[in-house]
Amino acid sequence: MTTTAPPRTGKRTVRKNQPGAAPRTRRSGRLRRISLPYLLLLPALVLELLVHLIPMVIGIVVSFKELTQFYLRDWGNAPWSGLDNYALTVDFDAPVGQALLSSFFTTCLFTFFSVGLCWLIGTAAAIFMQETFKGRGILRTIFLVPYALPVYAAVITWAFMFQRDNGLVNHVIHDQLGLTDSPPFWLIGDNAFVTLLVVSVWKGWPFAFLIMMAGLQNIPREIYEAAALDGAGVWQQIRRITLPSLRPVNQVLILVLFLWTFNDFNTPFVLFGKSAPASADLISIHIYQSSFQTWNFGTGSAMSVLLLLFLLVVTGLYLLFTSRGRSATDA
Amino acid sequence: MAPPKSFLVSRLVFLTLLTGFVLLPVYVMISSSLKPLQDVSGKFQWIPSGLTVQPYFDIWKTVPLGDYFMNSLIVAGSATVFSVVIAIFAAYAVSRYSFRGKRVFTVTVLSTQMFPGILFLLPLFLIYVNIGNATGIALFGSRAGLILTYLTFSLPFSIWMLIGYFDSVPRDLDEAAKVDGCGPLGALFRVIVPAAIPGIVAVAVYAFMTAWGEVLFASVMTNDATRTLAVGLQGYSTQNDVYWNQVMAASLVVSLPVVGGFLLLQRYLVTGLTAGAVK
Repeated sequence: MTTTAPPRTGKRTVRKNQPGAAPRTRRSGRLRRISLPYLLLLPALVLELLVHLIPMVIGIVVSFKELTQFYLRDWGNAPWSGLDNYALTVDFDAPVGQALLSSFFTTCLFTFFSVGLCWLIGTAAAIFMQETFKGRGILRTIFLVPYALPVYAAVITWAFMFQRDNGLVNHVIHDQLGLTDSPPFWLIGDNAFVTLLVVSVWKGWPFAFLIMMAGLQNIPREIYEAAALDGAGVWQQIRRITLPSLRPVNQVLILVLFLWTFNDFNTPFVLFGKSAPASADLISIHIYQSSFQTWNFGTGSAMSVLLLLFLLVVTGLYLLFTSRGRSATDA
Repeated sequence: MAPPKSFLVSRLVFLTLLTGFVLLPVYVMISSSLKPLQDVSGKFQWIPSGLTVQPYFDIWKTVPLGDYFMNSLIVAGSATVFSVVIAIFAAYAVSRYSFRGKRVFTVTVLSTQMFPGILFLLPLFLIYVNIGNATGIALFGSRAGLILTYLTFSLPFSIWMLIGYFDSVPRDLDEAAKVDGCGPLGALFRVIVPAAIPGIVAVAVYAFMTAWGEVLFASVMTNDATRTLAVGLQGYSTQNDVYWNQVMAASLVVSLPVVGGFLLLQRYLVTGLTAGAVK
């Protein structure tokens, strides 16, 4: 069976390769076969090491050092400070720790609402668009626009819309609807949290939509047909078939959304600049500011390591919990 | 069986509201980019009173947008090419061979995705500075440093997606190629890669979008000569004024390459995600 379909384009190399292949001893052939996967992985491995793993190790080392701008060119010789950076970071009575803690809680709250809304909108849109109807293709294309637009271009537009004096939002709620006595500020103060949430959901939900659409394609049509024959209406089918079938997809999707949202730097950075208002002070921005504005890299690294530990624990617990849940339902 | 009215009405309302929400910034971007400066500085107008294409000429003069554009194109383009090629090799190894450390590799690569970018920023900055001091290769502030960084950002996801894609190419096909005398790499490039083109296109689109849209590293690791669009777009605000019409025009112009490419190739991206992400 395998000989019936020779790749036509391969003819020339076949001839070229054969004489080279013949004199090769069996032993070196096996060696090559064993080392080949490693050779193929090598570029990816080296790059991941250089850009992700080694920096992570350095980050951990630096978190135990007193690294200020004076030692930047020669960071290896920066004095050790033991656990000082960590002590400073988790001293929640002192300003540094207090600010970190409040930034952490802000990030948790923000992530909860953003992930929840992204998931809700993405799932609803995917379910409503599961059946074909006129204009479905165009609508799907439109819905992917926030995903495709570069972050800075999209978020800068939102920043313009949320301007106090010449933005669209205040024009509508103050000038046109008369909902407020004076036009509110959106990019500073407490409202900044809402602003950040709106932009984050606008940008994030299409990903949930994409993944959910892919997940819905895997549900066999026959189940719906059988349910319809048994007299189940559309709403019942959604509740009894669609939603339960999406559970494994949900687990991956929610984890990915959580990690992206929790770590998001781009949205607040473009929206608010280098220092976000307290109500929207996400942890990434906070660490960036602690490192690059005050030039105290040791403390910034300690914060990064704590953040990493937190994410590892949450992800681990989440995976444990969901895989246990899955095996329980399978059994 | 036709869906009940309650379903149709909810669908209509929901999808209409959502479309409005999605398109609102797009409308603001396009309409404001065509307004004169005094209009975007005053109260917002849904319907522009006077239209002008002047902002589209001015954006290139207010800041060196052309240079930033070239930098972004070089950085994102190179990162994409390298990332895709390296991901193809790695995904092929994982998909077709069993070897020691395979699980460790996939788990490690994937888990780097979860780490916050801020975690790598400072150490990478230190590494690049040190490499520069030791070897004279200027990575910090150079395009090469940025390319190197960006290509690893999309790499884990690309490898992950391509593994799923390569797995769906029947093994019989590359076995047949080998019987016909192709080496392992011959089988990869003559059989598997052509069969997995949609997945590879999806990965390329994803890699390009990631690099084109990155802000954090671009703002720390570039200098005047290597600045990308992500940083360059901030140049339209001066101390006294923000040229909002130019900001919007420039946003639109820098979005065109990715949005155009994405919408053209979205079919591939959707199927690519289906094969790679949902299993």
